[in-house]
Amino acid sequence: MIFLFLASGLFLGWSLGANDAGNVFGTAVGTGMIKFRKAAIVAGLFVILGATLQGAGATRTLSQLGSVNALGGAFTVALCAATVVAWMTYKNLPVSTSQAIVGAIIGWCFFTTSPVDYTTLVVIMTSWLTGPVLGAVFAALLYLLMRTYIRKSRVHVIKLDGRIRVGLLVAGAFGAYSLGANNIANVMGVFVNASNYTVQIGNLIIPSEQVLFFAGGLAIAAGILTYSKRVMLTLGKGVLELTPETALVVVLSQALVLFLFSSSALSAFVVRMGLPPIPLVPVSSTQVIVGSLIGIGMVKGVQEIRFKLLGSIFGGWLLTPFFAGGLTFISLYVISNVFEIPVMSRQQAVNAPQDLPVHFHFPAYPMVLWLFLALLVVALFAGGWYFRTAGQGVRSRYPLGQWDGNNGYRPLSGEFLGAEGIPGKAIIKPEPGLSDTNRNAVVKHALHLSDERRFLESMRDSLEQAQREPELQKKNERIQGMLTALHQKMNDSAEIRRFYMELETAIGPLPSKLTAAGSHLTVQEKKLALLLRLGLSSKDIAPLLGISHKSVDIARYRLRKKLDLRKEDNLIQYINTV
Amino acid sequence: MFSSRSNKSIELIDGFFNGVDQSLLIFKEGVKNYLHQNTASFANNLQELAKLEAESDLIRRKIEETLYTQSLMPQLRGDIWRLLEELDNLIDLSKKNLFQFDVENPLIPEELVLDFIKLTQLSLSAAEAVIPAAKSYFNQPAAVSEKIHRVYFYEKETDVFADVVRRKIFKEMPALGLSEKFHLRYFTLHIETISDTAEKVADLLTIMAIKRIV
Repeated sequence: MIFLFLASGLFLGWSLGANDAGNVFGTAVGTGMIKFRKAAIVAGLFVILGATLQGAGATRTLSQLGSVNALGGAFTVALCAATVVAWMTYKNLPVSTSQAIVGAIIGWCFFTTSPVDYTTLVVIMTSWLTGPVLGAVFAALLYLLMRTYIRKSRVHVIKLDGRIRVGLLVAGAFGAYSLGANNIANVMGVFVNASNYTVQIGNLIIPSEQVLFFAGGLAIAAGILTYSKRVMLTLGKGVLELTPETALVVVLSQALVLFLFSSSALSAFVVRMGLPPIPLVPVSSTQVIVGSLIGIGMVKGVQEIRFKLLGSIFGGWLLTPFFAGGLTFISLYVISNVFEIPVMSRQQAVNAPQDLPVHFHFPAYPMVLWLFLALLVVALFAGGWYFRTAGQGVRSRYPLGQWDGNNGYRPLSGEFLGAEGIPGKAIIKPEPGLSDTNRNAVVKHALHLSDERRFLESMRDSLEQAQREPELQKKNERIQGMLTALHQKMNDSAEIRRFYMELETAIGPLPSKLTAAGSHLTVQEKKLALLLRLGLSSKDIAPLLGISHKSVDIARYRLRKKLDLRKEDNLIQYINTV
Repeated sequence: MFSSRSNKSIELIDGFFNGVDQSLLIFKEGVKNYLHQNTASFANNLQELAKLEAESDLIRRKIEETLYTQSLMPQLRGDIWRLLEELDNLIDLSKKNLFQFDVENPLIPEELVLDFIKLTQLSLSAAEAVIPAAKSYFNQPAAVSEKIHRVYFYEKETDVFADVVRRKIFKEMPALGLSEKFHLRYFTLHIETISDTAEKVADLLTIMAIKRIV
């Protein structure tokens, strides 16, 4: 039975492994620096080690937030968090498992009227901010160190390549260990108080917590082994623009931050030094990576960080707990009343009032509930607005690694940094949607416009000079010069040729039937046919062919004759339909 | 194991650069020998250059094979491959141009000998300046831009001086027939192509260095 309830947590673990392993080994695998098999084995192994050996710290904090003490409740909390994560990633919205699980636990607390430890909540929410900030600081420092080392050591690029490979493997292993240690709380944290399943091997009794962490670690490892390849490969292509050196810095800083927020020993050491303890909370690895990229961008002298896009990403992250909380609240109602599965244990609810409801009835303190519901409604409205406005922008430019309904994984990149951020296509590439061909066309057009403007400016200057010229002869000479320039410009055959080439590229060549039927068509008549295919009037065509309006009409008449059209036939229709 | 493999690759790349440098020196000597009519030495230069070109081709292919089979520097190998190809062009051009002297045997008047030597020196200075820049790409990319400006300087100087020589050929040497003038013009162009190729390499290196600078 316990395994059935654990399924939602294991699913969450599996999706975390499939997604977040890309943050650790994505660049290394995608760029071919490390083979996927090696990366997956190392990541899987170290995730299990991290989860089992060091997963307790962050899990304890989550338990303090709200002690989910029944398997039914834990199942629902984990399932709702997983659903929100899956749904938001499907919608290409920025999401974090940590925020989702915290929101879901608070939803459980509100439903069961269990007390929420607001001190812990504040600590956790602060870490959502301090995580990326610390990531930025670590990344900036590591980047400076790395840059100094590379510049001073003058190591050959081939040797540097070898060292970076080793570095990426070690940093990846460390990152995977820290990911397991920190994020196992998201996966198994809610089950810790609800489960007392111990395993005995000989005289050795493995406590329930360790069994859960091991199972969660295995689920994450399974996610890495079974589904992260595609993620890593896509991610690597997206981050290809991140140099391996920068990728190493990003992975290291992420691993350091996750380690910092999950190491009980380090926290105890800090306390012994007379400093306040480090809060042991689950933080989002993706958020830390975003912070790290900003840190590197700052060092490199980013001129324009896309704060608007960053704002929308953070907005998405803040919405996650509300969605998860709301869904959990509703799901718990269904689970407890429709399926009659207990979502809270009476015996363990020490802090709860005596008449605690196991099944739903209206909570003891309705004001808080109403406040929560009001917040939920506001969040839903905000979410709706977000989908319609910012969501679209994020969908097309969202830089983080997330699932995309149609294209699989959308890679993580330094896209939100300005043009002088991390060098490469992610930073300087044109907006997605503008293909290379279109971009070239736009560039050509821009150059053409600039050419035209320069010509007009020179004409204006010459006219002004002619106007100021006191001598009639010189004035006439200037005007004559301008006329010549104008004639040359109008007869610029290269320009016209280019235009017709572009025209042919845009609307395609004349249909073979037409050219065959009118094989005796002159060049001018073929041009006329092309322009008619474009839907231009005789008035518009005249300057393009360099003839008068009337001549265009005569040319149209000749074309009709050559194409053997009857009186009732429409020339344009014929040209467009053959 | 990885260290020995990388050392071998580094040796190959250094060997290739030496080959390019040597071919430029031989070309310079070859042109001088042709102009001073040292026929035997010129023939020797031709043979050496042909041999060097074949050897450099082999080394280049070996490097490129190593880069791809051993998955070295997946992000940079495309650029490095292009760089090696462009540098190899310098050797090919040197060989081709020297053989053209041999095959077409242009008549170079005495008063143009020094000009042709100077033109060759200028053009080769541009090509020679590109080699330290290419070497520093591999271990000190930030220094590439400091070295590359010499290439642009000599390339420009070559262009200017080649114009001077051509002007001299067509305007100050009425004794030469039009065909001879045309012939000489082609040879100034042949020599110029070496500095033009060096400029191409310099452009490529500039971009490559920017991509590599951390």
